[in-house]
Amino acid sequence: MTATSLSKEDLGAARRALRRRKLTAFLLVAPLLVFLLFAFVAPIGSMLFRSVHNPNVADLIPDTMELMDDWDGVSLPDESLMNQFAVDLKRLANDRTSGRLAGEVNRILPGSSSVIQSTARRMRTVDDDELQQNGAALLFDAHANWQQVPIWQAIRQSGNPYTIAHYLTALDLERTPSGEIQARDGPRIYVSLYIQSLRIALFITVLTFLLGYPLAYFIANAPIRLSNILLIFVLLPFWTSLLVRTTSWIALLQTNGVVNTALMGIGLTSSPFSMLYTEFATIIAMTHILLPFMILPLYSVMKGIDPSYLRAAMSMGGKPIPAFLRIYFPMTLPGLSAGALLVFIVSVGYYITPALVGGADGQMISNLIAFHMQQSNNWPLAAALGSLLLFVILLLYWTYDRLVGTKNLSFG
Amino acid sequence: MKKLSALVGMGALLMATTAFAQQQTLTAVSFGGSYGAAQQRHMIEPFMEKTGHRILFEDYSGGIAEIKAQVESGNIQWDVVDIEVIDLERACAEGLLEIIPRDVLPPGDDGTPAMEDFMPGALDNECGVGVIFWTTLYAINTETIGPNKPSTIQDLFDTEKFPGKRALRKRPQVNLEWALIADGVERDKIYEVLATEEGQARAFAKLDTIKSDVVWFDSWSQAPQLLNDGGAIMVQSANGRFYAAIQDEGRPFEMIWDGHLYDLDVWSIVRGSKNKDLALEFIKFATGTVPLAGMQEVAYGPTRKSSAPLVDPAVLPLLPSSHIEAGVKADGVFWADYGESLGERFNEWLLR
Repeated sequence: MTATSLSKEDLGAARRALRRRKLTAFLLVAPLLVFLLFAFVAPIGSMLFRSVHNPNVADLIPDTMELMDDWDGVSLPDESLMNQFAVDLKRLANDRTSGRLAGEVNRILPGSSSVIQSTARRMRTVDDDELQQNGAALLFDAHANWQQVPIWQAIRQSGNPYTIAHYLTALDLERTPSGEIQARDGPRIYVSLYIQSLRIALFITVLTFLLGYPLAYFIANAPIRLSNILLIFVLLPFWTSLLVRTTSWIALLQTNGVVNTALMGIGLTSSPFSMLYTEFATIIAMTHILLPFMILPLYSVMKGIDPSYLRAAMSMGGKPIPAFLRIYFPMTLPGLSAGALLVFIVSVGYYITPALVGGADGQMISNLIAFHMQQSNNWPLAAALGSLLLFVILLLYWTYDRLVGTKNLSFG
Repeated sequence: MKKLSALVGMGALLMATTAFAQQQTLTAVSFGGSYGAAQQRHMIEPFMEKTGHRILFEDYSGGIAEIKAQVESGNIQWDVVDIEVIDLERACAEGLLEIIPRDVLPPGDDGTPAMEDFMPGALDNECGVGVIFWTTLYAINTETIGPNKPSTIQDLFDTEKFPGKRALRKRPQVNLEWALIADGVERDKIYEVLATEEGQARAFAKLDTIKSDVVWFDSWSQAPQLLNDGGAIMVQSANGRFYAAIQDEGRPFEMIWDGHLYDLDVWSIVRGSKNKDLALEFIKFATGTVPLAGMQEVAYGPTRKSSAPLVDPAVLPLLPSSHIEAGVKADGVFWADYGESLGERFNEWLLR
């Protein structure tokens, strides 16, 4: 019987059955899809959007921003604009949203926050007609900075709802009032921090490889009872809370901690090393924490390699080292790439361990993102820094895919 | 019959709503640790006992990010928050907090009207009512410091006279002020100088002189530990942290009061709180004479003058209010202006 001999009813039934199966499959993954949509796609989307979109100021003082369109941006704005701004400022003061404007402008011109706030407080009680007529004079009277151009430029700049300014800041660049892009006049930290994060991540990846590869090999080739016990030793720390593991490194590395006491006890050194709150501490603690991510994929790949390959290579005259390098090692590459990729990507964005044991020189970009999220409340900049980190990782992943190919990744 | 059942139904509904109104749940948030425990004992529990309402008491680590997120999303979960004045200025100006009317605050237990009873600064911001005076200072370990004891901010910056590590919190606040004090700036001119480019350069240059001798930490809880295990010889922290370590754990620490930077914490109400009235009731109660005096347990000073007679004479010399002349008032307005730009600059300086 061939497919062509199926009757119409049979074909329909088969199609229906297929559709039902597809529907069942979809329904089964639907919870996961919904979860991913809400927990993953939506937050990333909102982060990307926030990094270029900041309508705060445009929403707060729309009338002033409209008048700003006609201003040349070099000389002092004309009186009608200032009067309108004074009216807007009074409205903000009474809504208690002047702080939002102050915060946004202050980001571009530090020190403006108190100028705007103290002026707003003064405008609160002045009536609207007076502000319409005399707003400019009242501003000048409230603070001398209103007679200078920079604060007006800062207001105009912050009023742009769509901007790439945060990306420029994240790359240590800035735009001059005339529109050219140049190296930032203020602190330049972000590029060097990205490089530092990538360097630390690479270092940790290499370390986990050097430590994890022999161990994975040993576990994969050990008798089953021993390998089970060893695997538990690998997994046990994996199941322990991250904070517990990080703080136990503090206990180990601190000045009079376990390591220093032991070193001094056996007479290797006379005074304690300062190991905690350094880049060294960040690297060693993160290597320990991320080691299972390297060992597990390696182990599962090694487990599947038939030991007779290596024996065959040696029986045909291969020396142990070339035989290992040319026969065994290439077969473990899928596990190695998966492990290396996991460790690298996880460690580039690591936050809690560098924050706790890193001190000053063991910081990573995520610590600055946290700073802008929690302390300076500059969420657009935090979003831009985070997005840039995402782009860097995607770029690295793409390069990796072009060079090595992701087809032969094996996560175990 | 129908009427009767409707009546009974309405009655039941009425009773249910009044029962509901009787027992409300308020969410209060503060800093935890020994300070949170003192608030639990002297403010939260007595209030629950007195009114029959329930309070969920949670911890946070300061800053306005979480309040901002709640207000902006309209999903308000916190009602009452303990905020540092350094953050209060911004939170209030950004419209994240409710205004607390002054005329509802009860008089002190001795009858002094509230406006006179509260100490200067406690009612400065319309969004908060002062709850403690606390301060940032440094302490030494008397067992390991040796015969030559540091006593001033200059000593903190003198690595020749006092070689060894200094542990400071990794942020510009306090450290830049101390750098200028050590560099000889008049104490009442610190913030004026720090607002200028030259002043900032001067502060960072002074910090440069001890850069290789500093251990930077991220959270106050790390500080007493550093002093205890010998990680540093001079350690910066809040006075209550050291007090708890001395009092409860018997540590041989000594606090150095020179140049301490004192500040207030206030109770405030998150804007849009669903339990605004109860939140206000709580604040009125918690900032009363007796509950405020309870904060002496962690050596934080009360914000009402009428609480002073209730303070144990043994604790009195350890309260920041007994060392006002040696200290400097932290300037919330200055840090609202320069917190972010100096924060960035500070991070850059650390990496250099």
